[in-house]
Amino acid sequence: MRLRTLFVALTAALLSAGALAGPARAQIEVDVNRGDIQPLPVAVPGFRGERGAEIAQVITSNLERSGLFRPIDQAAFIERDLDIRYQPRFADWKTINAQGLVNGEVTVDATGRLTVNFRLWDVFAEQQLLGMQFTSTSENWRRVAHKISDAVYERLTGEKGYFDTRVVFVAESGGRIDRIKRLAIMDQDGANPSYLTDGSYIVMTPRFSSTSQEITYMALRPEGSSIYLFNLETGRRESLGSFNGMVFAPRFSHDGGKVAFSVERGGNTDIHVMDLRSRASSRLTSDPSIDTSPSFSPDGRQITFNSDRGGSPQIYVMNADGSGARRISFGSGRYMTPVWSPTGEFIAFTKQAGGQFHIGVMRPDGSGERLLTTSYLDEGPTWAPNGRVLMFTRETPGGAARLWTVDVTGRIVRPAPYPQSGSDPAWSPLLN
Amino acid sequence: MTTLTLTKRAAQFAVIALAAASVTACASRPKPDTMPPGPPAPPPATQPSTPAPPVGQGALPGTMQDFVINVGDRVYFDFDSYSVRGDAAPVLEAQAAWLNRYPSVMIRLEGNADERGTREYNLALGARRANAVRDFLVSRGVSSSRITTVSYGKERPIDPGTSEDAYQRNRNAHTAITSGAR
Repeated sequence: MRLRTLFVALTAALLSAGALAGPARAQIEVDVNRGDIQPLPVAVPGFRGERGAEIAQVITSNLERSGLFRPIDQAAFIERDLDIRYQPRFADWKTINAQGLVNGEVTVDATGRLTVNFRLWDVFAEQQLLGMQFTSTSENWRRVAHKISDAVYERLTGEKGYFDTRVVFVAESGGRIDRIKRLAIMDQDGANPSYLTDGSYIVMTPRFSSTSQEITYMALRPEGSSIYLFNLETGRRESLGSFNGMVFAPRFSHDGGKVAFSVERGGNTDIHVMDLRSRASSRLTSDPSIDTSPSFSPDGRQITFNSDRGGSPQIYVMNADGSGARRISFGSGRYMTPVWSPTGEFIAFTKQAGGQFHIGVMRPDGSGERLLTTSYLDEGPTWAPNGRVLMFTRETPGGAARLWTVDVTGRIVRPAPYPQSGSDPAWSPLLN
Repeated sequence: MTTLTLTKRAAQFAVIALAAASVTACASRPKPDTMPPGPPAPPPATQPSTPAPPVGQGALPGTMQDFVINVGDRVYFDFDSYSVRGDAAPVLEAQAAWLNRYPSVMIRLEGNADERGTREYNLALGARRANAVRDFLVSRGVSSSRITTVSYGKERPIDPGTSEDAYQRNRNAHTAITSGAR
């Protein structure tokens, strides 16, 4: 199956603020670390021009879904038909308590080239915070909307955005005892879903490279399992090779140069690593326990993993050469699927305790454990590239698996925008 | 009107994190956790995975039906365990005897886990179960060259339920005949 070519030329240019605004010193800011208790009221009127209303809608949905912003209903707007060339009538926006205002204009030239200008205003400070221009082909209007969302998010939170991203996951269908599992991909807002495999075999645990549009995943057939590398831009798919045993739990190093994975032989599961350039692989663990779910630290020097060498599944950290393994999870319960955050600050995990499952985070030394979710079955967190949001799989008793998100403070828990059954999500890096 | 003037403060976050930690972090010393013993396992009635022959016709010796009905093609395990239980041993003895009687039969041992674990960990657990059965059969004279193993983790439950009984049925190793039966 060929993917549509993803490479798109998106260019951004700073709009000259001209006489419109002085130096932008943000009066409004959103604190991602508090998950914000009071979401910031923002207004995003439909942009002028072709696709303008839809672009504003995508931005509105992104900001709302983050939980940090509360978009104001368009019906409440007093000033209509804003013109990007003029200052808004701030008094009209103050009246409806819009703290931030995003307005913009879309033009499409004779060759189909789309240009979007937008400005972000601090209403109460009566200042422009951001003025930018994006150009792209017109079919890429959604991506332009995501890039604008990222720019607004970054300006107001001080953190990189995560809206111009995709999620690869396992789309599930069929009954519980004859489940069909297909590799699938969608934009982070649920748009453009498409299948990457046909469901004739089980696929599990897709993972994105953090540097390229490449994924690795496991395919499970009665004859055994395989780990594949799949380049989403070229459609090239290749097996990691044969390992004389079951292979599973693949994950890229952050520089994309290695894949760590588990190999099971004779019932014993160990962690191996392969250098993708030389194709040389080596075994990193050798004890007779289950060692799986490896995840590299961002600097590539350490690997966190799951092992039951102490009697029950717990989280360990070792050096990237396999030396110096030490346990870091000491709470009561079973700890699984550790995933190092893109910033290196946290390790997210699945915890099973007291008949419930949780998604949680702890620091890489095991301190500061916080449980972010609780349910019958929560599993398998993946980090948004800015390290502020996690997506995971949630199942209700007897129900279908669904994708959910939670922010790193644990305050904003909600279903991901994919209305069907899905599991094993993996977040892409920001697109170029 | 409320003007939201919030700044990023790492120190503030650290305070929140510590407060949460004092609630959630419990044991301070490493100790292997042991799960409380679950309720007694239900009798592992064999779950025929192929349709039984019509009533009135016994399964012909050496056929897949014979194996499934008269021997039993599935044994069950305790939570997060791969020890062959007392109730599984007679079934595996019978499997070994049958396989030794029909030496051209090739089998695939499929390890399965219940849904109370992560997908990855349960793949490893299912592999342990398949290999425990393999070791048992080999110890009773079945050639290892006739056996392949695979783990389905929690991907192939036989009971869609969410009761302890359903979990119990889903913690199993299935002996699938791949070729050589009459």
